[in-house]
Amino acid sequence: MIENKRILLLCGHYGSGKTNIAVNLAKAWKQKYPNVAIADLDIVNPYYRTKDSIDDLQDAGIRLICSEYANSNVDIPALPQDLYAITDDRSMRVILDIGGDDRGALVLGRIAPAILAENDYEMLMVINRFRPLTRDAESTIEVMREIEQAGGIRFTGLINNSNLGRETTAADVLGSMAYANETAQKSGLPLVMTTVEEALYSELKEPIPNLFALHLQKKL
Amino acid sequence: MAEKVLMKGNEAIAEAALLAGCRHYFGYPITPQTEIAAYMAKRMPKIGGTFLQAESEIAAINMVYGVASAGYRVMTSSSSPGISLKGEGLSYLAGSDLPALVVNVQRGGPGLGGIQPSQSDYFQATRGAGHGDFHMIVLAPASVQEMAELTVKGFELADTYRMTSMILADGTMGQMMEPVALDLEVKPAPEKPWATNGTKMQRPHNIVNSLSLIPDELEQLNFARYERYRVVEENETMYEEYMMDDAEICIAAFGIAARVSKNAINEARRQGIKVGMIRPITLWPFPKAVFRRAADHVKTFISVELSMGQMIEDVRLATECKAPVLLCNRVGGMILSPEQVLEAIQNAAKNGGAN
Repeated sequence: MIENKRILLLCGHYGSGKTNIAVNLAKAWKQKYPNVAIADLDIVNPYYRTKDSIDDLQDAGIRLICSEYANSNVDIPALPQDLYAITDDRSMRVILDIGGDDRGALVLGRIAPAILAENDYEMLMVINRFRPLTRDAESTIEVMREIEQAGGIRFTGLINNSNLGRETTAADVLGSMAYANETAQKSGLPLVMTTVEEALYSELKEPIPNLFALHLQKKL
Repeated sequence: MAEKVLMKGNEAIAEAALLAGCRHYFGYPITPQTEIAAYMAKRMPKIGGTFLQAESEIAAINMVYGVASAGYRVMTSSSSPGISLKGEGLSYLAGSDLPALVVNVQRGGPGLGGIQPSQSDYFQATRGAGHGDFHMIVLAPASVQEMAELTVKGFELADTYRMTSMILADGTMGQMMEPVALDLEVKPAPEKPWATNGTKMQRPHNIVNSLSLIPDELEQLNFARYERYRVVEENETMYEEYMMDDAEICIAAFGIAARVSKNAINEARRQGIKVGMIRPITLWPFPKAVFRRAADHVKTFISVELSMGQMIEDVRLATECKAPVLLCNRVGGMILSPEQVLEAIQNAAKNGGAN
């Protein structure tokens, strides 16, 4: 799934679930490609990041490109020292986990020119209609425009990951499809897939096209 | 019930403040509460409110003082080191009897400490936020839903008693995501005849000030203020009792420590240990009476805290030392595990705390 391009950029508001999706997709990619990496470029939020599942990724043979200071007490917005491997090492398939909003997307300005020059990427917006600042198509598209402006690169599609955390029901996900389709239609971008926690997968795989099951990394 | 949304604790505070009619936010960024400011920065301009990133925490709290004087609902938020900077302003707010909401999403200390969760500002919040004789109403949420509800409650109590309400949360509560129902009941703000909002040539000037040069008058002001505090203690104490009916061991915990403790209590109950919990929701006023009553049948109290033992002193005072009060804690940004709390319960049970 979404594996026809070398670079996949995942953006989305805080709590959209993009980090979980990044980890799950990387594991799926690893089944097919020898050289897979996740780049954690979320410099905005120092809590709960891909670094949390670092052991998990190591076991799966997935390279993690992230700041030296991720998950430490050092509270500074630092970039990974091996940032340029993303664009320099073209033998690698890489998923970029981008920070929550336009400020998070500023990081992209640094590497977007090289990504655009290579032109082998997808940039997907992870959307969750249960998040207060992306509750309808209009506000979601507004956030997307802000990210595009800050990052200097345009979206190519959407992932619907609408969820209410542990309380998510199949009905919640089904009910979010109208929102996801409306956002796709109004933004002119394809809805590439819908993601659900694996327990809901069998119930929803019939009614929802392009459904992808997520194994959640952590529950508090 | 309204449809739920998925929110971070920090966002829930911000949104609830807007629902409560707060249209003025002043702050300065600090982890782990920055989402409050970020949320306000996004939303305030859209609803005709004011978001202002001040040049410092000290500036922010004094801006709060100004808006509170004019009679509007106003707030600021910070984390531990930033709250220390606000200390002078908190004392001035109290000395001028101004209502305001202040949020402290605590991190490890002292000093710059770390950015991970902590509860070590309990003394500061309940006793020594600034100089002089005063109290703040201190509210301790233990879920994202409570972050929202207590924010509204905090504004209401502040207005009713002309006091500062403080939400005392921690990094975990601020960062964790949970579904929230935002159909919160908000009572209209009371009249504020004391506010400096223009005489319109129809009343004498109001003066908001904390300076009293006549000692007799200053004493009377303090007496009157403490009479108001007594009413707050009588009417506004909030707590949750969990499995306390037959409890011989009683956990005292608030916020994230109470959530962890609940898991430990459930496991201990499965093992046949009679343990329960009193969770203070107001840390000031502290729920003394319920602890005092519990001391008649509880053999051991355990104060579970992310500090070196601060609330434990209030538990000892409230229980009048009728039973031992033990400490179960982590500090430095580390969170207790349910297993650690369970072990403390088991040890207390073994040592005659319960059958």
